[in-house]
Amino acid sequence: MTAPDTPLSPVSPLTPAAGDTLARERPASLWRDTLASILRQRSAVVGLAILIFLVVVAVFAPLIATHDPNQSLLGVEQGVLKREGSCIHALGCPADQPEHIFGTDGNFRDVFSRVVFGARTSLTIGFAAIAFAIILGTIIGAVSGFLAGGVDTVAMRLMDVILAFPSLLLAIAIVTAAGRSLVNALLAIGIVSVPIYARVARSAVLATREADFVTASRALGESSLGILWRRILPNSLTPLVVQGTLGIGAAVLEIAALAFVGVTGDLSNAEWGSMIGLERNQLFSAPHIILAPGLAITLTVLGFNLLGDGLRDALDPRLNR
Amino acid sequence: MARFIVRRLLVTIPVLFGIVFVVFILARVVPGDPCRAVLGERATDAVCDAFIQRYGLDKAIAPGLYKVGSTWEFRPTDVPATLVDNQFTSYLGQLAQGDLGTSIKHSRPVTRLLVERLPTTIELTLVAMLFAVVVGIPVGLLSAYRHNSTVDVGSMVFANLGVSMPVFVLGLVLAFIFAIVLKDTPFALPPSGRLSSGVTVKPLVEVWGLQGMEGLPRGLLDFLSGIYTISALITGQWGAWLDAVRHLILPAIALGTIPLAIIARITRSSLLEVLGHDFVRTARAKGLKERSVVLRHGARNALLPVVTIIGLQLGALLSGAVLTETVFNLAGVGRTMFEAITGRDYVVIQGFTLLIAVVYVLVNLVVDVSYGYLDPRIRYR
Repeated sequence: MTAPDTPLSPVSPLTPAAGDTLARERPASLWRDTLASILRQRSAVVGLAILIFLVVVAVFAPLIATHDPNQSLLGVEQGVLKREGSCIHALGCPADQPEHIFGTDGNFRDVFSRVVFGARTSLTIGFAAIAFAIILGTIIGAVSGFLAGGVDTVAMRLMDVILAFPSLLLAIAIVTAAGRSLVNALLAIGIVSVPIYARVARSAVLATREADFVTASRALGESSLGILWRRILPNSLTPLVVQGTLGIGAAVLEIAALAFVGVTGDLSNAEWGSMIGLERNQLFSAPHIILAPGLAITLTVLGFNLLGDGLRDALDPRLNR
Repeated sequence: MARFIVRRLLVTIPVLFGIVFVVFILARVVPGDPCRAVLGERATDAVCDAFIQRYGLDKAIAPGLYKVGSTWEFRPTDVPATLVDNQFTSYLGQLAQGDLGTSIKHSRPVTRLLVERLPTTIELTLVAMLFAVVVGIPVGLLSAYRHNSTVDVGSMVFANLGVSMPVFVLGLVLAFIFAIVLKDTPFALPPSGRLSSGVTVKPLVEVWGLQGMEGLPRGLLDFLSGIYTISALITGQWGAWLDAVRHLILPAIALGTIPLAIIARITRSSLLEVLGHDFVRTARAKGLKERSVVLRHGARNALLPVVTIIGLQLGALLSGAVLTETVFNLAGVGRTMFEAITGRDYVVIQGFTLLIAVVYVLVNLVVDVSYGYLDPRIRYR
């Protein structure tokens, strides 16, 4: 490297206007770079848009819903006498019939309002179940990868045992054992998802454990826990975030499946899976009662899958772009 | 190779033992007593006592561990006395003799239940997997070959939708389309059951006049008879065969769509990666036909991750089978397991779980062995 012949002038040779733009441009930061590369992924943007829409629906559910999702309208509202299989307001209805965008279900409740409120249930449970699984899985995987040896073998064989079993059946068994409720279903889905995160965390820990900066920390006298918490885990976050995003989608599917087979207890809750399970015999007379929550589940899972794929493509350094 | 297989099988023994133990305990954690779950809430205490005696449910579950009513008790003083004589050891003893126990609810041996219910699920999952592989791999290859074309984008949109739609929603939608919308057209398909009412597939022992046969061979024959699409085919019962196939199409599509989408995506990304390698360029430079480059050089190398995924999908398929069997009213393993879990039929839960675990282990072994076939560089030690 040779020094420039003339020292850089403190006065920019550029025009003042161009200088202003340059001055305004903030230096690239890790977060800005990451965000930019995420937003370059088409699937991430579409997924994010779907999820923002769903979150808005969930947050403002009371404002969007036209009726109380859990109240039977029998006798409350004129004209609601039986299942309105043939009349869907989204497709047009006689003016003298009561307004129900997706009709009413077998208990004379407004299906549209139940679908709207169902977004709250599914998103909350999906997030909570995966948060639980990530925390527990990361602890198990990180500790087992860090300590290696006997602990590692036992922990990972235990994870194998859980993985060997069909997750839905295991979740059903856990919910039945712990008592049928949505909270237990959430925990069950969390538990059956733990092995995935334990494995991801473990392999990330194994990959960084021997890195030079970890050896350096050790040489500086940092404690094992400190190294794990401050050096290794931050560097293992990316695969966990990607897997977690995809995992929420899977959790939404599983909670719907548990509710569909009827092990989540209180069926009066506005939950998409149980809406389908309760009304599935109406498929031939009033398919929209099943289609509406079915499409809602699909849209939610699609959103998480697209975002997860996009995140993986954006954040995985092994994929060259 | 043989040494590798034997070693792999030995390694799985602790895993299988772990599964048996965990399920054994888990099945007994279920609150409420099995007597009233089976005989009804109004069963008298005397009847329940006899019931508990009969099935040995009053014995210690594991050394020193008892379940009285719906509460658990650990009696340390009882540990030595119950070290050998407890429910778990007697279950292991039974297992060693090939006896999976007798279902409390069905009052029939679990092995008999398996012979009746397993064929339904095997037929369903195999056809679903066949559908997923036969459609998924070509779609994935085509998408990669015509990267970023309309075909590629279209099939990946379809794949994304496929993995996002719950099995039971897809099943219900298919049932609605093919049984209601297309009713009275040649495309109409039945939405439930395995055969139309009035149609039966004659069991093999009956067709071949072997009613006197007993034991394991009889069990195997009855098992094979339960796979209608095969037994009707080999005995030439064409009407029944067609009926069975028509009943199988919708559940198989419902169950196979998620694996199909996953297989298509993995095949695509795997082939895309392989096509960027130098040996593909060499193959092209040699003047090979594009078809030969993609299929013989590209696809063969791209299939390794696909095989892994196919193996991993098994657990998911069984989870999906619970839902598919519920939607299409099929008495298969998934539905039986679900009813056993909710009905506290310990013996069935244990027996079926063991079966699932064994199948899982075997499938993974087959997957590992097939690596060596697909990639000769992999050597087994």
